[in-house]
Amino acid sequence: MSADGPSLGRRRVMMALPLAGAGVVGAAFWGMLSGMQKGSFNPHDINAPSAGRPVPDFAVMDQTPGVGFSSHDLQAITAPVLINFFASWCIPCIAEMPQLLKLRDRLPIWGIAYKDKPDNAAGFLRHAGNPYARIGSDFEGRVAIDWGVSGVPESFLIAPDGKIVWHGAAGLNNDEVQNALDAALGQTKR
Amino acid sequence: MSPELGHFALALACAFAFAQTILPLIGAQRRDRRLMTMAPGLALGQVIALGASFLCLIDAAISDDFSVANILENSAVTKPLLYKITGVWGNHEGSILLWALILGLCGAAVAAFGRNLPAALRARVLAVLGGVAAGFELFCLTTSDPFDRVWPAPLDGQGMNPLLQDPGLAFHPPILYTGYVGFAVPFAFAIAALIEGRVDAAWGRWVRPWAVAAWAFLTCGIALGSWWSYYVLGWGGYWFWDPVENASLIPWLSGTALMHSAIVVEKREALKIWTVLLAIATFSFSLSGTFLVRSGILNSVHAFANDPARGIFILGLLGLVIGGSLALFAWRAPSLTAGGLFSPVSREGLLVLNNILLCSICAVVLTGTMYPPFMSLLFGKTISVGKPFFDAATIPLAIPLFAFMGFGPMLPWKRAQMWPVLRRLWIAALATLLAFAVATWSLSGVLPILCATGAVWVIATSATDIANRVALFRIPLGQSFNRARFLPRAAFGAALAHAGVGVSALGLAAMSQAQHKIVEVPVGQTESLAGYDWTLAGVKTEPGPNYTALVGTIEVRHNGHLVTVMHPSKRSFNAQNQTTTEVSIHTNGFSDLYGVIGDKHGDDAHPTYVLRLHYNPLAPWMWLGALIMAFGGALSLSDRRMRVGAPRRAPAPNTVAAE
Amino acid sequence: MFQRGRHASVALAAMLFLAPVLASAVDDPSEMLPDPKQEARAEAIGSQLRCLVCQNESIEDSSAGLARDLRKVVREHVAKGENQQQVIAWMVSRYGDFIRLSPPVTVATLLLWGMPALALLAGIVGAVVIFRKKPQAAPLTDEERARLEELSRER
Repeated sequence: MSADGPSLGRRRVMMALPLAGAGVVGAAFWGMLSGMQKGSFNPHDINAPSAGRPVPDFAVMDQTPGVGFSSHDLQAITAPVLINFFASWCIPCIAEMPQLLKLRDRLPIWGIAYKDKPDNAAGFLRHAGNPYARIGSDFEGRVAIDWGVSGVPESFLIAPDGKIVWHGAAGLNNDEVQNALDAALGQTKR
Repeated sequence: MSPELGHFALALACAFAFAQTILPLIGAQRRDRRLMTMAPGLALGQVIALGASFLCLIDAAISDDFSVANILENSAVTKPLLYKITGVWGNHEGSILLWALILGLCGAAVAAFGRNLPAALRARVLAVLGGVAAGFELFCLTTSDPFDRVWPAPLDGQGMNPLLQDPGLAFHPPILYTGYVGFAVPFAFAIAALIEGRVDAAWGRWVRPWAVAAWAFLTCGIALGSWWSYYVLGWGGYWFWDPVENASLIPWLSGTALMHSAIVVEKREALKIWTVLLAIATFSFSLSGTFLVRSGILNSVHAFANDPARGIFILGLLGLVIGGSLALFAWRAPSLTAGGLFSPVSREGLLVLNNILLCSICAVVLTGTMYPPFMSLLFGKTISVGKPFFDAATIPLAIPLFAFMGFGPMLPWKRAQMWPVLRRLWIAALATLLAFAVATWSLSGVLPILCATGAVWVIATSATDIANRVALFRIPLGQSFNRARFLPRAAFGAALAHAGVGVSALGLAAMSQAQHKIVEVPVGQTESLAGYDWTLAGVKTEPGPNYTALVGTIEVRHNGHLVTVMHPSKRSFNAQNQTTTEVSIHTNGFSDLYGVIGDKHGDDAHPTYVLRLHYNPLAPWMWLGALIMAFGGALSLSDRRMRVGAPRRAPAPNTVAAE
Repeated sequence: MFQRGRHASVALAAMLFLAPVLASAVDDPSEMLPDPKQEARAEAIGSQLRCLVCQNESIEDSSAGLARDLRKVVREHVAKGENQQQVIAWMVSRYGDFIRLSPPVTVATLLLWGMPALALLAGIVGAVVIFRKKPQAAPLTDEERARLEELSRER
């Protein structure tokens, strides 16, 4: 660590390393913060790896006012279907409802009531509107685990071959999520 | 009226802080005494203004002035007085003000105790402290004004989450912040030294007490937080390796390293550049720890994401303070002169080892904490880094630390022989061997056994160090006692702090063997756990001010003798639709009996209750050890030789420092 | 607990220092396995799995509904005689590596897992540089140089 001539250049480089490191970290933080504000980066995303896989084996019982369904039904579809996990006790689900009601005209939406008493779920759909073509009940929450759902609302886009092509782990009222769904939908149509 | 006064006082403090930055800095550069001697006065003025501002906020809180947005959002008429006061710093705006106040107090302390510092050094240190303070006061004024008014003022405030009305939580922030902010002083000394281009033994001696003081507070703050989660969360957990906890552990680790490397600077004028870097790093970690955890990057609190102005301001401020100081380091550090030489086997050699290990642990915790968001940013993949990783990656680095820390202070400076020191440690070695046998017999798992053995070794070697210094049993006891009286308190402090680490480590090792049981029992049933018989003797419902409590009575017997009667309860706050558990803990100093009552099941005629029972061996030692560490720090601060500004004296002949 | 928003004051507690899980984790004892050995194994596995909706807590330490469900799943698999690897693989196939509190060793996590060794190595290299340094005279200051010149002139 002496200040003799030849190693001075190397010393300068060494002493600049902390600054360089802090600069990289600072830039990364800046990227994260601005990404979080734009909604393009969420460090708390779980990123469950369901996209690209066939739908898991499952069956959900009927939930008024709809009819339940199973993995067989999804393997037999001929047009893309959106699977939406919801619950009457979930505030973001209420928030995304208008979006779902609009989306209903573009593709069929099948709902799964997550950990919800059938009466509550039915009442919720009476008040908020019912965007679902079919509705099943996952009262125990076990079907959701097979899908890799960690909370509600979450949505999955299923292609006609029964494959999950897109998974959204947030409400559809978010622009980012909406755009991602549109892109995925465009791909299945092609 | 008083909120406006408070706001004005804050603006005044900010003006003082700017003056405190600019004038002394110019003065030191031009060798202008008049400008340099303004620094202490300005620092004093700043802290008085800050204090007035803070008092105004407290006054608004006590007098229920709900026209102040901050009070409206966090207080209510019915809130107990204590929590009205402590609630002032229980929110973003108030906590920034507290942060600034503590920084101001640090500046005033440097002004008051630093009379013997060279004028230019003192001026520069105060200028740096003023600059940091100015930034945060500006942040407070522009984006986080605690005195913001609302109109019309409502009759009552929105109240505070009942869970946060807890004495542990009330005093946690001031202690933790004092630890964080205290490292601003070594930081300011480092910046001043870089500006001057001079780091010498005297510099090391001036920095050390500030580092020790900040470290002692941070130790207490971390321990208090850990204890809070132990008695509030209700499942016996005490450390989660949560990003927020890690944010306080990282500066603690680097601060501990700083405290030790500053000794080498003081005694041997070596490790100078490294110590300067550590001082900058520790405060940078403190700053990041306080503010980045609020950004939502590390946990899901979107405080800044919701207010972009705050995020940009704070990131800019952090960039300025951290980036600026590291740029100064890159520019000036290469020209700092080299220090003294020493052999690897010497006291400073072991201090280097201490630094390597502590900084390695620090790097591991930092990497583990930052890895998930970076993975997410760079690869779009999400991972979790939790307790299993941290345990596996840090404990193996901590155990070699235990091996050397106890007898490090026994080695002479510069060049030492291992053998004569080791020879004096045979009693400690014997005790450790015994501890190893006991640990192998009573604990399961390699890491807990090693940890416990290492802990006993640390305590035993620390005790041996003191025994040696007073020549215990080698000379008559009276003389030993005399020697102890003249032994520098710093030596006692170091030994105590080291022993404290051992005590905490013993607690941690024993806690790996904690036992628990979750049972559902009717009243009258007895369960056995860890050799104790736990009987649910009764359950009753008690109304509280804004909750109803389900209170259980658990009688704990050992071999038929009543040990304790516990009253855990479960409170239901109807307004907030929340329940809290009030854990009942009985401790005898060696183990905690920990009882929690949960839900009621069954019908009203035959109700059963869920009980969670824990037997936590040596649990109190974890926090006791931290207290001992902090006390050791305080003891060495009280050492005359450590006191800031105390004139340098030659070692008195009757001390045994030469040993 | 499942809602994606968080209680503001809980957020505050988290901001200061504390782990933000304030609900108690007293649970239904009926979910425990009757065989203490199996239960211990299930607990060991559960403590490796992250409660997805919490901070950095394992499913064993959390009272969140999803954590409870996952605990049940773990116990079912353990009762069937599956080992730790099998249970964790089952979880990872659903939730990805996020659910593992101790991330797998891959190219991407090499830096993380290698950090203890890397940091130690860097420290040792730094220390070796310090210790191997040859004693050498400090460069003369201008004053000393002047004095030296003076002395040599005298001679």
